Amino acid sequence: MTFAPTPTLPRFVGEGARTVEHRPLCREAAEGWGGGPTTPCIHCGQPALSGRRFCCPGCAAAFEVIQALGLGRYYAQRVLDPALRAPRPDTADRWDLARYVTLRSDGAHELTLAVDGLQCGACVWLIESVLAREPDVLQGRVNMTTRRLKLVWRGAAGQADALVATIERLGYRLVPFDAASLATAQDATGRALLRALAVAGFAAGNVMLLSIGIWAGEVGGLLHDMGPATRDLLHWVSALIAMPAIAYAGRPFFASAAAALRHGRTNMDVPISLGVILVTGMSLAQTMQGGAHTYFDSAITLLFFLLVGRVLDHRARGQARATAEQLLTLRAGDVAVLQPDGSMQRRSQQSVAPGDRVLVGSGERIGVDGVVERGSSSLDASLVTGESLPVAAMPGTRVFAGTVNLGEALTVRATATGGGTLLAECVRLIEAAEARRSRFVVLADRVARRYAPAVHLCALLTFLGWYLGVGVPAGNALLIACAVLIITCPCALALAVPVVQVIATGVLFRAGVLLKSATALERLAAVDTVVFDKTGTLTEPTLALVKAHDFDDAALRIAASLAVASRHPLARSLVAAAGPVAAADAVVEYPGQGLGAGDVRLGSRAFCGLDHDVAGGRGPELWLTRPDAAPTCFHFHETLRADAAATIRQLRDMGLDIRLLSGDRVDAVAPIAAALTIATWQAGCSPVHKVAAIDALVASGRSVLMVGDGLNDGPSLAAATVSASPASAADVSQTVADVVFQGRLLAPVATVIRTARRARSVMRQNLAMSIGYNVLMVPLAVTGFVTPWLAAAAMSGSSLLVMANSFRLRRRSA
Amino acid sequence: MNVILYLLGASLILGGGGLAVFLWSLRSGQYDDLDGAANRILFDDDE
Repeated sequence: MTFAPTPTLPRFVGEGARTVEHRPLCREAAEGWGGGPTTPCIHCGQPALSGRRFCCPGCAAAFEVIQALGLGRYYAQRVLDPALRAPRPDTADRWDLARYVTLRSDGAHELTLAVDGLQCGACVWLIESVLAREPDVLQGRVNMTTRRLKLVWRGAAGQADALVATIERLGYRLVPFDAASLATAQDATGRALLRALAVAGFAAGNVMLLSIGIWAGEVGGLLHDMGPATRDLLHWVSALIAMPAIAYAGRPFFASAAAALRHGRTNMDVPISLGVILVTGMSLAQTMQGGAHTYFDSAITLLFFLLVGRVLDHRARGQARATAEQLLTLRAGDVAVLQPDGSMQRRSQQSVAPGDRVLVGSGERIGVDGVVERGSSSLDASLVTGESLPVAAMPGTRVFAGTVNLGEALTVRATATGGGTLLAECVRLIEAAEARRSRFVVLADRVARRYAPAVHLCALLTFLGWYLGVGVPAGNALLIACAVLIITCPCALALAVPVVQVIATGVLFRAGVLLKSATALERLAAVDTVVFDKTGTLTEPTLALVKAHDFDDAALRIAASLAVASRHPLARSLVAAAGPVAAADAVVEYPGQGLGAGDVRLGSRAFCGLDHDVAGGRGPELWLTRPDAAPTCFHFHETLRADAAATIRQLRDMGLDIRLLSGDRVDAVAPIAAALTIATWQAGCSPVHKVAAIDALVASGRSVLMVGDGLNDGPSLAAATVSASPASAADVSQTVADVVFQGRLLAPVATVIRTARRARSVMRQNLAMSIGYNVLMVPLAVTGFVTPWLAAAAMSGSSLLVMANSFRLRRRSA
Repeated sequence: MNVILYLLGASLILGGGGLAVFLWSLRSGQYDDLDGAANRILFDDDE
C-alpha cells in the first residue's frame, strides 16, 4: 500500500468528543473496507478483526505508551476523521535528521518537522504532552495551522532521532524540512500588508472623526459656532494624520502601479494610486489655502477598504501555496546507500550515483530506478503504473523510483537517479503541460483593463469641461475632477472578487475540499467537460472479494487464517471478508507469490502448483490448495465509490459532458463505463495518450476538468483546464491538481463545481453592483454635486454592499 | 475652544496606543496559529 501524504483538515473537538467506538462513520468505513465484520482498532480506528482491540502490534504499542504516560484522556477527547490518514504507526521512511538540525546561539538544538496525521486539537495536545515529559526537551510546539512541529532540546544533535521516533510511535508521520527555505518570503508580505491595514485603519478612524465634526459644522448647521479657524485647524490635523498614513499604507499599491507602468501596462492599482495621490495633493492645497473641502478621509478610507481586499486575497493565495508546499515537503525521502565496505549511509536522492547499491527496507519507498540484486519481495507500483496489485520482485527485476517495497528488504543497484528516473520524467511531462496551459486571465483583471482608461478619460474630460468649457478656475475644476476619481475609484471592484474567493474557499474547506490555486474557482465555473480516470478515482483504492463464488465458508476461513500474516492488499481484503479468524501457525510468506503453512498454500496459480487449464475467472485472483480438498479460487474486483453513479448523474444534470480515460484493459473499463452510463470512454491509454486526448478537447474550445489520482494521470491533470485529485492520490498528482478532495466519496467533485458556479455568479453580481453604482454616481460627480461627506458615504456604502452580498454564498451553502 | 486641543491629543494617543499594541501582537507571532489557539483552550493541563 502506498501512504500518500494526506493534507489534513482541522477538526474541532467541539463537534462532539465521542469515542471512536461509537462513531458511526468509522464503522461504515470499516465495513466498506472488505465487507466482513470488523471493529475499529482502539488506537487508529482502522478495521481490526472483531474480538480484537487493535489492528496491528504498532497500534497496541502506541496505546500502551499513551496509557503508561497517563495521557489516556486523548482517546476520549479526540475526533477521528475517517477521511484522513489514520494515526497508525506503520510507515518506515527514514531521514537523515542531522542535516536539518540547527544549533541555536544558546547551545540548544532546533528542528522543524511537518506533521502528517494531525486530526484534531487532541493530537496537538498529545504530541505536546508527550514531548513535555522528555527531560531534555525545552520546547515542543505544534502549529496547527501550518501543521508543523518545532522541537528545541538540550544536548546532542543526535537525540533528534529518538525524539522523532517517540512521536512516530504514536502514529504520526514526521518529515523534516528546511524551515528557512519555505514560507518566509510569503510571511513577510502578509505581515507588511497587515501592518499597512492597521495603520490605514487607525488613520481612517481618526480622520473620519475629525471630518464628521467638520461636516456637522457646515451641513447640518448643528454647530453654528465652527468658524473657519477651527475648520482649518481640523483640516491641518487631518492632513498630519492622513498624509504619513497614506504614504505608508499606500506603498503596496504605488509599487504595483509603478511596476505596471514601467512595463507599459495598466492594472487596477494605477487608477487607485493616481486617485489617492491626486486627491491627497489637492486636499493639501485646499488646506493651505483655507478651503472648505478636503478629501483626506476619503483617501485614507479608500486605502483601508482596498487593503482589506488585498489582505483577503493574499490569505487565499497563501493557503493555496501552503498546501502545495506541504505536499512537496512530504514527497522526497532519503536513500540508504550501501558503501563498498558494507556500512550504510543515508543520502538524499540527488546524491546517489548510478551503480550505487541501495538498501530498501520493508515498507520503504524506492528512491531510484534500478535492478534488484538481492532479495525477493513484492512491490506496490501503484504510484508509477496505476496498477493496484503488487508485482513480484526478485534479482534481475527492474524497479522504478516511487514504488513501495511491501515484503522483505531488497538491495537495488541504481541505474538512474534523481532527474533520470521515471518518476522525474513524469514530473517533467507535468511541468511541460503546465507551461502550455494558457495563462488564465482573472475576471477582475479583465474588468480592470477596460475600466482604468475609461475612468481616467472621464476625470480628464470633467476637468477640461469645467476649466475650458464652463470657465471656472483650474483649482476648482481639479477639485471636481478629484471627486470623480474618488467616486470611480474601484474600491468595491477590488473587493468584489477576493471576498468571494475567501468565502468560497472556506465553504469548500469545511466540506473537505482544498482549493490549491487562487484562480481555480473561476476556471471550475467555466468547466463543460469532466474527464475521469478509473482506478482509484471512480473506484475505491482497494479491491473487494467477489462473494458470488461457490467457495464454502470453511475454505474462506482457512484462507483467511493464512492471509492474516500478510500485508498484501488481496490478503487484507480476504481477511476483511472472512471475519474473525485465528492466525494459522507457522505461516511463511513467499514474496510476490503467496503464503504457505505446511501443506496448505494460498497464492497465485503458479505458486499453488496449478496449471493454466484450471478454470479461473478474469481479474485478480487467489488460489487455496489443501491436501484433502479441491483447489478453491477467490476472485477480487474493483468496487465503484459508493456514490459514483449518483455523482455522475448530478454532473450530467448540471449540463456537463462526462468522459472516461483509463490506462486499464478494455474488459476492465467497459463494465465500469456501462455501470455509470458513460458513453464516451477510452481504455488502454498511456499518459501521453491521455494528454493528447485532453489537449484535443481543450483545443476544440472546451473547458476540461480532469479528475485522476495516479502518477500516470499527473501530466493530463496539468494539461486540463482545471484538475482535481482525491486525497488518496499519488503525491505528485496532488501537487499538480488544483483541487484535492478528502474522503471515500466522489460527491465533492459535484460540490466543487456547484460552489464555483455560485461563486462566479456572486462575483459577477458584485462587479455589476459596483459598476452600476459608479454609473449612478458619476453624473453627480461630473456636475459637481458631490461633497466630501457624500463621497465618503457612497464609497463605504458600496463596499459594504459588496461584502454583504458575498456572504450570501456562505448562508446558502450552509 | 482650547479643550479641542486636549481632546485631539487624547484621541490620537489612545488610537496610537491601540495601533502600537496591534503591531506588537503581530510581531510576536500571535496571529501565526489561529487554529491551534482555538483548540488549545479546550485542553487544560493542571499537572
